[in-house]
Amino acid sequence: MTMDPTFRGIAAPLMRINVDTDAIIPSREMKRVSKTGLSEGLFANWRYLDPGAREPNPDFILNQAPFDRASILLAGKNFGCGSSREHAVWALKEWGIRAVIAASFGSIFASNCLNNGVLPVRLDEDTVETIAADVMEDPLANQVTVDLEKRRIVSGDRVWEFDIGERERQMLLRGLSPIAMTLQSDDRISKFEADDTRRRPWAVL
Amino acid sequence: MNGQTIIDKLWNAHRVMKIGDESDLLYIDRIFLHERTGSIALQSLEHAGFDVRRPSRVFATMDHIVDTTPGRTDRTRVPNGAEFIRATRESVHAAGITLFDIGDPRQGIVHVVSPELGIALPGLTLVCPDSHTGTIGGLGALAWGIGSTDAEHALATQTLIVRRPRQMRVRFDGSLRPGVTAKDLILHLIGRHGAGGGAGSAIEFAGEAVRELPVEGRLTLCNMAVEFGAWTGVVAPDDSTIEYVRGRPYAPEDAAWDSAVAAWRTLSSDETAHFHAEIAVEVGGLGPQVSWGTSLQHIAATDGVVPSPDEAADRHAKEAMQRALQYMDLQPGQALSALPIAAAFIGSCTNARLSDLREAAAVLKGRKVSSDVRALCVPGSSTVKRAAEAEGLDAVFREAGFEWRESGCSLCFYAGGEGFSPGDRVISSTNRNFEGRQGPGTRTHLASPATVAASAVLGRIGSAGELS
Repeated sequence: MTMDPTFRGIAAPLMRINVDTDAIIPSREMKRVSKTGLSEGLFANWRYLDPGAREPNPDFILNQAPFDRASILLAGKNFGCGSSREHAVWALKEWGIRAVIAASFGSIFASNCLNNGVLPVRLDEDTVETIAADVMEDPLANQVTVDLEKRRIVSGDRVWEFDIGERERQMLLRGLSPIAMTLQSDDRISKFEADDTRRRPWAVL
Repeated sequence: MNGQTIIDKLWNAHRVMKIGDESDLLYIDRIFLHERTGSIALQSLEHAGFDVRRPSRVFATMDHIVDTTPGRTDRTRVPNGAEFIRATRESVHAAGITLFDIGDPRQGIVHVVSPELGIALPGLTLVCPDSHTGTIGGLGALAWGIGSTDAEHALATQTLIVRRPRQMRVRFDGSLRPGVTAKDLILHLIGRHGAGGGAGSAIEFAGEAVRELPVEGRLTLCNMAVEFGAWTGVVAPDDSTIEYVRGRPYAPEDAAWDSAVAAWRTLSSDETAHFHAEIAVEVGGLGPQVSWGTSLQHIAATDGVVPSPDEAADRHAKEAMQRALQYMDLQPGQALSALPIAAAFIGSCTNARLSDLREAAAVLKGRKVSSDVRALCVPGSSTVKRAAEAEGLDAVFREAGFEWRESGCSLCFYAGGEGFSPGDRVISSTNRNFEGRQGPGTRTHLASPATVAASAVLGRIGSAGELS
């Protein structure tokens, strides 16, 4: 799943802490055996006054212009905690989110993001706050640049560097299939299995 | 030189090769799938042209979408639920994977089924596209929840690339008082150190109180490590673990059993092992715990009060508490024991094993559920259900006024398409009190099975101690 080396976009602050994947997409919104068609259910309990009738909640940030065109989400710490449902990332991506910036993430959610070309960016809490404050002042003028090539976030004349594993970065930039990459080491896996069958016969089924 | 932690030992035994500086390719011994995401992963894999590498090490069950009312079929109230069930059935059969289907005596919630059948064992790695997979750490296995794409990777390669985790040891010192359970331990820990307190770590749960927990209690403890923000949890296997595993349908036998036990005996942290962080909690004075808010860090004693947002550690925690008070319709200072409940639910991968049902039934025996409370018990597996019926627990539940269901995830999270009503205050033996988790607008309070049973009788939040 490939990702642009750098892009600039509107960032939407959703600064609640511990936003769980049930909130990102409730279970009842996962209606098909499919990775698509999920964006309508994104944040359904918050985004709609009545999730059944799909009446938009004007108070929810992603319903407000220009945040309804956001490509970056600024979030409180421990974003994406809870259920492992990858549907949360599929829904965010389909809606248009390409990067989420937060102080920390649920660990399964962060892996799911990387597997789908959505960049989870960890910055310290004060920095995320600062970016959010700038954005709220003028979301169009203070658009945010995500630079995966140089591992940095740019907002106005300020620059923050972020960490990402080199393997993950290359996977995102080059759109490599993790399964195909691992199967290049198939001989190593086969050798492990052969040795392991001798070492741990009890573990084999 | 530092010794090794149990996590190091489990990790190193499964390392196929290093991947970069921070990660390893780990061999995965067992993969479990369920009908919510299993069919998507298998279809996607087939579409990409990959085979399942070791189908004999992969299992699937029906738990997330399946209906739990007696006499069930493929029909479920989940939108298009039957499609998920049929797609899973077709794709696992095509891949040669063993399925515990609706009607199979082994069917049940994945994390209840895998230990009770001996598919999960100490010393193994096990993954499942479900966040509560860490449950299996209670046996002394390295088990963790993954997303669908990683599940595809595991199915195709029987490996996963995993970043070496930060390691933490949580020691529970002292002995638990009678009536205080593993659920109370983990709720108390998260309440005290926060829903992100585990910081993505692999956690070893240790200490006297853990050693004294029965294996099923250790499964409960590890089940909720993810709610603490941990990557997974693990408890070192001991005599009680070995006795628990012995004779289970997929457990090793004869010479293989002997070599397994010898290997399991080595699975404990060396005295000189180093952890990145250590937490010690004294538990001798701990009483039954209950959640009051919408985060796992919103925890109080059942005889405590709703805290004030002014006590919050920072502005964000304060705002979260204020939102929670509003959603839960509570005021700071309110006694939790004054809160009337509309429903009581015993079920889930956290607390629906036989020991949980016994614990609840001991409270319910000879008592009646309050007339205004809807009460349900959903056994964690069909095996648990049969065992409970064999010792007459179903009669205790029914006579008290509980519904007695077939096994599945059920009302833990709108599974089976069922939810409670908006505004309903529900006491629940499950693992998540998130907004809308058990239905839009439903107000969930988490507690142990004994506390859920006592509250059902009292018609309000309360502990079993109040009944005796």
